[in-house]
Amino acid sequence: MNVAPALSGATRQLMSGNDAIARGAWEAGVRVATSYPGTPSTEILESMATYPGVHAQFSVNEKVAIEVAIGASMSGVRAICSMKHVGMNVASDAFMTATLTGAKGGLVIVVADDVGLSSSQNEQDSRYWGRFGHMPILEPADSEEAHAMTKAAFELSERFQTPVILRATTRVCHVKAMVALGERVEGPAAAFVPEPERWVMVPAYAQRRLPLQAERDKALRAESEISALNLVDPGSDRRLGFVTSGPVYLHLRESFPDAPILKLGFSHPLPVEMVRRFAGGVDRLVVVEETEPLMENELKAAGLAVIGKDILPARGELLPSVVIPAVKGLLGEEVPADVLARPAPKLFPRPPTLCVACPHLGVYYALSHLRNKVLIAGDIGCYTLGAGNPWNALDTCISMGASMGVALGLDKARAEGDTAKGIVAVIGDSTFLHMGMQGLLNITYNRGNVTVLLLDNRTTGMTGGQNNPGCARDVHGEDAPGVDFAKLVEALGVRPERIRVVDPYELPTLYKALREEVAMPEPSVIITNQPCTLIDDFKRHLPFRVEEDKCTGCGNCMDVGCPAITVTRRGKEVKKSGREVDLTFVKIDTTTCTGCGMCVNTCGAEAIVNPSLGKKP
Amino acid sequence: MSDDVTNILVAGIGGQGVMTATEILAQAALAQGYDVKKTEVAGMAQRGGLVNSHLRFGRKVLSPVIPSGQAKVLLAFEAAEGWRWCKEVVPGGLVLINDSRLPPPVVSAGLFPYPEDPVGDVRRAGYQVHAFDAAAIARELGEIRLINTIMLGAIADHLPFPAEVVRQQILSRFKARKPELLALNERAFEAGRNGALQAA
Repeated sequence: MNVAPALSGATRQLMSGNDAIARGAWEAGVRVATSYPGTPSTEILESMATYPGVHAQFSVNEKVAIEVAIGASMSGVRAICSMKHVGMNVASDAFMTATLTGAKGGLVIVVADDVGLSSSQNEQDSRYWGRFGHMPILEPADSEEAHAMTKAAFELSERFQTPVILRATTRVCHVKAMVALGERVEGPAAAFVPEPERWVMVPAYAQRRLPLQAERDKALRAESEISALNLVDPGSDRRLGFVTSGPVYLHLRESFPDAPILKLGFSHPLPVEMVRRFAGGVDRLVVVEETEPLMENELKAAGLAVIGKDILPARGELLPSVVIPAVKGLLGEEVPADVLARPAPKLFPRPPTLCVACPHLGVYYALSHLRNKVLIAGDIGCYTLGAGNPWNALDTCISMGASMGVALGLDKARAEGDTAKGIVAVIGDSTFLHMGMQGLLNITYNRGNVTVLLLDNRTTGMTGGQNNPGCARDVHGEDAPGVDFAKLVEALGVRPERIRVVDPYELPTLYKALREEVAMPEPSVIITNQPCTLIDDFKRHLPFRVEEDKCTGCGNCMDVGCPAITVTRRGKEVKKSGREVDLTFVKIDTTTCTGCGMCVNTCGAEAIVNPSLGKKP
Repeated sequence: MSDDVTNILVAGIGGQGVMTATEILAQAALAQGYDVKKTEVAGMAQRGGLVNSHLRFGRKVLSPVIPSGQAKVLLAFEAAEGWRWCKEVVPGGLVLINDSRLPPPVVSAGLFPYPEDPVGDVRRAGYQVHAFDAAAIARELGEIRLINTIMLGAIADHLPFPAEVVRQQILSRFKARKPELLALNERAFEAGRNGALQAA
């Protein structure tokens, strides 16, 4: 194998798409960067926070984040706001009016779609927002383009006085590829200029903005028709021509090296005339887009004969293993055997689960022991994993903060089959501050009867441990004004008698508190107060172990669901009553056990011991 | 063009250091002047779920995703994961396996069986297998987290560039971040090389 020419030092770097977006924004002179953590977008803001000359913040939710960016743009400063696809749903109220006011300082909204749904509650195509919100959309295919298009997006934003959507997908955000770095260019000195007819969107002023928005649409369409971000890759095999955008381009280019491809980096407004010219040079036109048929439908509406979702799925990634068979089928060619995915071996799954010693384990242990007496409305975070084995202790999960509203709905409906059941909502600290507070206020105001488990582990766990107001630290790890959850929920109308702060490692205390509060005819909040095991606040202790001769095989400790407890052997025992019971003998993996002690109380035989003491502590 | 690209798949379980190991291999390829792309989908990577990382390098890499069944080498951090992912390797290709077993909670709970001989299954499927117990080596060295350095040692002699290039990447990484662990990682790397070579 030949070695390519050596690269020229640090001016080119291997960067993730997220890091490349942050770098591009920094080079473009961005001074305000906002976000709420969400896979696959989280690292954009984390990376922005490492650059000088930028105020970077994780806001409490995406709506606030975009509003902060809008305010910065109004004052003439370049701003970027990044979020995952479902975050745009939260931000959309501000988004839909920000398009009417338009941008002053460049305003770029990065939306990262979880195509293939690896870490989200749904799959959405954020390109719809460009149509809905009359905003241009740029779609990078890899890190290099993410870097360049972020810079281009700021230029475009200021030239057309519009917010610009940079649409990325997991296959851009989390892919590392080479990026050629540039230098930062500071923007000119700026100031907020009062223009009420532009910044104050009352009906009379908003009416006047509508025709301007229509003119802007037209100008943007003309721009996309000549944009250098849209390019034709000629190719020699004219039987099929592909129209595509985003990372799918790379799969197509590799899979069909001779095919003509029109790659749209500036994909909305769609350059229909450019596509028409491209179509003139090929026999048939195939639109390959993730995920919905947006370009396809617009091209059909423009009278072009195109093939798209009739041969390709409208969900999931359009990887070579998906596209090649579809296209070969269209050409009437045989699909090479080595292209098709080979069948997976029959093997156990490895679903994500709660960590060893996770404080949430105690919560789900307690809930699983009340399983038939309560309905459990869940929320978005690590604790959604409580729906899995061994707890099976979650009944619903919809969206950020929805545990509150859904729980109240279950309470107020009081369907005939549920009259005897308690209603529990489970929500984490960051999610509560994101969108749960309003729901709790709605519970107290509407005299609901819900027991809220507020799992305060002092971090935003599922996205990798971002700080939030609950832990009183900012994005740089510096001390910041924080929130006291007990005081907060009291202010939201929960009576102080019904607010408890409990250590989730103390299983009997937690279980008792839960039973008592579920029995109360009014809203209660139980706050658990132990940190996530993956953050510095968590303190490890000496591991526990199981005294083999004492383990009776009852398997109670397995109900905790701690991955450090594993089975050594199974057996059967016939009770005096003649009933046969399964036995499960266990050990504790001393390399992963943190000595949290949660499992100790589940062992009636006192077989779980702390070796440093030689007995149960 | 694609013949020119080397595809390496690294697979394991969240928390084992799969992504870090792949990053180091990527930097090694980069230091050799290759165009490099690396991708993974690991939304819940630290939660004991599956993690697999694709590394592609060559004169010019287009898609970051290794086409189905086109990996040249699979570096598997756990015995059953070697069996799970070997279908992504070219027929008769190389599979390097840490053959220690990490059954997930669903297996512990008795919901699914753990295969009796996953490494044997990979061999019987016609792959060239080097399997050794990286966890035992890590424990001997006194630090279970050394598994990823040991596995880097295992693959270092099966790349289109010298093992020394990978070693240098590991050294410079630890020099910068955790110099106190430098010597230990050097030993782990050599132990991984020997482990894989002896298992041939």
